[in-house]
Amino acid sequence: MLHVENLTASIGGTPILNGLDLDVGSGGVHAIMGPNGSGKSTFAHALAGRDGYEIDGRATLDGVDLLDMEPEARAAAGVFVGFQYPVEIPGVNNMYFLRTALNSVRRARGETEIGARDFLAVAQEAMDLVEMKEDFLHRAVNAGFSGGEKKRNEILQMAVMEPRLAVLDETDSGLDIDALRIVASGVNALRRPERSMIVITHYQRLLDYIKPDFVHVLVDGRIVESGDHTLALHLDDHGYADFVNHDLDDAPERPLSGAAR
Amino acid sequence: MSETLREIKELTDASYEYGFSTDLDTDIAPPGLTEDTVRLISGKKDEPEWLLDWRLKAFAAWKSMDEPDWAKLEIHPIDYQSLSYWAAPTQKPVLDSMDDVDPEIRDMFDKLGIPLHEQKMLSNVAVDAIVDSVSVTTTFKMTLAAAGVIFCSFSEAVQDHPDLVREHLGSVVPVRDNFFAALNSAVFSDGSFCYIPAGVRCPMELSTYFRINSQNTGQFERTLIIAEDDSHVSYLEGCTAPQRDENQLHAAVVELVAKDRSEIKYSTVQNWYPGDENGVGGIYNFVTKRGRAHTDAKISWTQVETGSAITWKYPSVILQGDRSVGEFYSVALSSKRQQADTGTKMIHVGADTTSSIISKGISAGHGQNTYRGLVKVLRSAQNARNYTQCDSLLLGSECGAHTIPYIEVKNPSAQVEHEASTSTVGEDQLFYCRQRGMTEEDAMSMIVNGFCREVFDELPMEFAVEAQRLLSVSLEGSVG
Repeated sequence: MLHVENLTASIGGTPILNGLDLDVGSGGVHAIMGPNGSGKSTFAHALAGRDGYEIDGRATLDGVDLLDMEPEARAAAGVFVGFQYPVEIPGVNNMYFLRTALNSVRRARGETEIGARDFLAVAQEAMDLVEMKEDFLHRAVNAGFSGGEKKRNEILQMAVMEPRLAVLDETDSGLDIDALRIVASGVNALRRPERSMIVITHYQRLLDYIKPDFVHVLVDGRIVESGDHTLALHLDDHGYADFVNHDLDDAPERPLSGAAR
Repeated sequence: MSETLREIKELTDASYEYGFSTDLDTDIAPPGLTEDTVRLISGKKDEPEWLLDWRLKAFAAWKSMDEPDWAKLEIHPIDYQSLSYWAAPTQKPVLDSMDDVDPEIRDMFDKLGIPLHEQKMLSNVAVDAIVDSVSVTTTFKMTLAAAGVIFCSFSEAVQDHPDLVREHLGSVVPVRDNFFAALNSAVFSDGSFCYIPAGVRCPMELSTYFRINSQNTGQFERTLIIAEDDSHVSYLEGCTAPQRDENQLHAAVVELVAKDRSEIKYSTVQNWYPGDENGVGGIYNFVTKRGRAHTDAKISWTQVETGSAITWKYPSVILQGDRSVGEFYSVALSSKRQQADTGTKMIHVGADTTSSIISKGISAGHGQNTYRGLVKVLRSAQNARNYTQCDSLLLGSECGAHTIPYIEVKNPSAQVEHEASTSTVGEDQLFYCRQRGMTEEDAMSMIVNGFCREVFDELPMEFAVEAQRLLSVSLEGSVG
């Protein structure tokens, strides 16, 4: 399904991803963990096609090359990113935004657009999933939302968009324990045999709720260790020290250090 | 970054879809402005002596006045002697029915999306259609007459309701008010007249559609709306012009009189030809709009200004009566080389008067957008309140946004609030929308429309849709 090979990304000559390899099979849930500055969010942005990075290497979804596509084309191909910091769009009704998004990808795929009434049913189901009240749909996109509401809105969007590949970037950050439970159960309910997920997180805590099939450790822009969910437990006990041969605080500035054990 | 800027430029270099001109047989006066020109116009319209005197007084005043230069605008010198002050499509003098309207004029308005056939009209809106200097037709006159509402061209009102016109003309905007108002008072050609009798809620939206068609003509229309005690009216004006290489002058005056407990809601969707991306051509839109609100009356201005090379316009409210209310909601878009210096004046005279101002300025391309607003609280205005919110949105790095609020308070009980913000359409916002599958154009249009939401919500429904579309078109590169 998702195949990433020797992916590099840099900003203004500063390397961030340094040859990342990853394969995610259909239905698989992969967790990516790593210290600050290891390139986790950059990986999500690189997959989604954000401007401003120099990118090299390969990333294909179902054999289709993602890296040459515009962000909206990648979305139509089934890539969804749940953002760490969802932006506010004042004055734009959440429901209108959602329907425009859904119909944009449907149009791009040559499917018929969904009408207002049918959409409401789709939205309602998604709302139940993240335990949101109706008025949520009528507020402006993320404007004045609490941190937890923003993250729940991301999961709501994911439920509506039904992506082939969901990349959830630190969806757990800034959540209290109740919001964490809601977000995690939403994600679990959206697991499908044909849908792959990449869950990016700092903490093992989220993985108590979302059981990953694989855990990868990202350090200095490459994956240095992969394992099952017990790897996350190990990290929780010991931190990233085992995988890093320099002071963690220096990580973003340091050149390639051959960090694998 | 430069990539994004280039894209924004493409998005904002939209073409102007109303740029066509129509071949009409037109009765046009030779260029030039003298007392004789004023007499010619008055004579053409068969006006009473008092009105000619009024015009001549205004002309004398205008000659002694100078063009205002305080606005943040770069204006090519205007040669007032090279303009023609009278242009009228020649057609049968009396129209018995809508079918008598010149088919070419009907076609022109059809093309503009303003059908003049009453049976074809979808919405509950009466239209006064004005081409160049004169009103060509007014729809739904009979329906309105049944309610006692007078809605006709200004010229007709002068003939049929001279007392009403004489009593109110210049009562809100005096002839000497400013250079352009004085000019208008001298040479105004036509416009709309509305009279809502006491206690009447106007049964439909009233609308005037202005179209400049002839070359080298100025358009000077005069609108007068009188709402008697306890009445209510909602009025909309729309404007377009053909695409021409020279600048055309549009200097209108609008006067609103809101008597006790009445309400006038005045909405404008202004889409005059803005000129091309090099600043060639386009309408100079120098307009004076003012209303007087008597006791417990309310005047609400809503404007969506997307056109014109230069806009100089400050729809204002004199809050004369106690507890009167003034509102100003504005969206002004300046792209290409457009310049807008616009805002409002809220003059609090009566006690417990309240005003609110919501201004949204959007600058793109090389556009310059200035909000200029005056909130004046006189000594007599006990417990006056004002709330002002000015938001500016910048698309690109070559454009400018300026906010110039003037606040003059003579009564210490006044509460005046001013909030201002300037933002850009962030790359974050665009990327977020694109990650959700939207094209960059759709995303931009959605974000900008969201920015204007509070103002669009004030427009009558069908015009809100139109305004939203207009804004998208002005920002897109693909419509022609």
